[in-house]
Amino acid sequence: MATSDIHRTIDTVWRMESARVIAGLGRMVHDIGLAEDLAQDALVAALEQWPESGVPDKPGAWLMAIAKRRAIDHLRRQQRLERKQELLGHDLQTRTEPDLEDAFDDDIGDDLLRLIFTACHPVLSTEARVALTLRTLGGLKTDEIARAFLVPESTIAQRIVRAKRTLTKNDVRFELPVGDDRIERLSSVLEVIYLVFNEGYSATAGDDWLRPALCEDALRLGRILAELMPNEAEVHALVALMEIQASRTRARTSASGEPILLLDQDRTRWDRLLINRGLAALDRAQALGQPAGPYLLQAAIAACHARARTAEETDWARIAALYTALSQVTPSPVVELNRAVAVGMAYGPAPALELVDALGSEPALKNYHLLPSVRGDLLVKLQRHDEARAEFEHAASLTRNSRERDLLLARAASCAKHTSSA
Amino acid sequence: MRVMVFMKANADSEQGVMPTEEELTSMMAYNEELVKAGVMLDGDGLQPSSKGARVRFSGGKPSVVDGPFTETKELVAGYWLWQVKSFDEALEWAKRCPGGDDFELELRPLFEPADFGEAYTPEIQAQEERLRAQSAGRQP
Repeated sequence: MATSDIHRTIDTVWRMESARVIAGLGRMVHDIGLAEDLAQDALVAALEQWPESGVPDKPGAWLMAIAKRRAIDHLRRQQRLERKQELLGHDLQTRTEPDLEDAFDDDIGDDLLRLIFTACHPVLSTEARVALTLRTLGGLKTDEIARAFLVPESTIAQRIVRAKRTLTKNDVRFELPVGDDRIERLSSVLEVIYLVFNEGYSATAGDDWLRPALCEDALRLGRILAELMPNEAEVHALVALMEIQASRTRARTSASGEPILLLDQDRTRWDRLLINRGLAALDRAQALGQPAGPYLLQAAIAACHARARTAEETDWARIAALYTALSQVTPSPVVELNRAVAVGMAYGPAPALELVDALGSEPALKNYHLLPSVRGDLLVKLQRHDEARAEFEHAASLTRNSRERDLLLARAASCAKHTSSA
Repeated sequence: MRVMVFMKANADSEQGVMPTEEELTSMMAYNEELVKAGVMLDGDGLQPSSKGARVRFSGGKPSVVDGPFTETKELVAGYWLWQVKSFDEALEWAKRCPGGDDFELELRPLFEPADFGEAYTPEIQAQEERLRAQSAGRQP
């Protein structure tokens, strides 16, 4: 095999195995930064030895074995050091050794979970959590993360270094959260995964296609997490939400690159495999019979759209009910606006307008162009064209997107025509 | 990227010989690994070609040719659909496949949006940003 081929194989094997190696090491050394350094040592060993010896039959096991040896060396050095300082006695030596030997033989699943929960620890900023998660669990290199998020490589590198330091400083143990902590910690993990997904979903363009690849990275992390935590409804629900959203990727843009709104999409272009996977994940989530969380409700809304063969078949009454539930679980003016739109589709413009008007004084929506845009839409349906025109013009003044401004001004002009002909 | 992996047929699979318990167990373990790694999207085994048929078009007219078909090595006995980071990753997973001493897998990447590159202009990005938070009926 040519050296370049071997390096490519090492690269690939590393991507596939690094999370497990880091997770296994994390259990031994209780420090994510140190675990990653030791794992990197194993990678360096592979880069040195495989071009000579060839790729081993079980490359993953090889990396694990080397990494484990490095960790044991490290811990022994540390113990010797500590013993010299007479801080630790004979007791530690006999107690720790068997644990070390067994560390890799146990189920790796719990180690991976510890790694996920540590990388997504709330003590870290969201950006740091994202970078650390993609690096340690997604197997992405620093430069790949940097390109995906359109920031310089040094920024990501610093972010990761600082994140590790913060974890050490705050004495974050490489442990699974228990008790009340658990819910908050899990929601932090889910937030990171969904954020990565949205970062990719919001951009179907890019020079090297790395941003859309983030959707795949997020989906993969979600699927892995669902296997590790099969009894958490919100985990399956997040997977369902991502699968269903990803199913629309091909239908979301026209041949000329124009974005296509959900109700105008060619549903034959939706990915049936992903929809079926998403609906199955939603079924699994619902079968657990837990109180509906925010991801379950969002996934259920996405499923309503996915199940409708045509836009006209959409079950708007159910969507409106789900938004009502969602606004109780996670109250937000944007959710409320979405609810208004669904109510408008299900029950007509009048009740929807009441909901929208109640949002009029909401400071968070003061400069949100969709509020007047939705209001204008409802007013048109109520034949109140004069007021509608004013709303579309207001919306046009708020948007920074030129194509959208054109569209809104065109709608305003069409309202004006109605008024003059009336 | 997605890769379709075909398990090619052999004399046993074509004769409908069912796998041994040991073979089944190792294949199940392998599939479980694929699922746990978030790689496996879909997969299944196919019945022998004696149970299948071909629809051949000649001069625009279809005619049905019943199985079995003779070119065993070119036939498919099962498939997986994998989601992987690269084609190399698919190759690495394929190399770990259990299935006896003599068998062949064929790996074929699916077309991706990137393969139709020109339709996707950089300015879509900005467009998409604004669409993210849009209303229920308008989500892209």
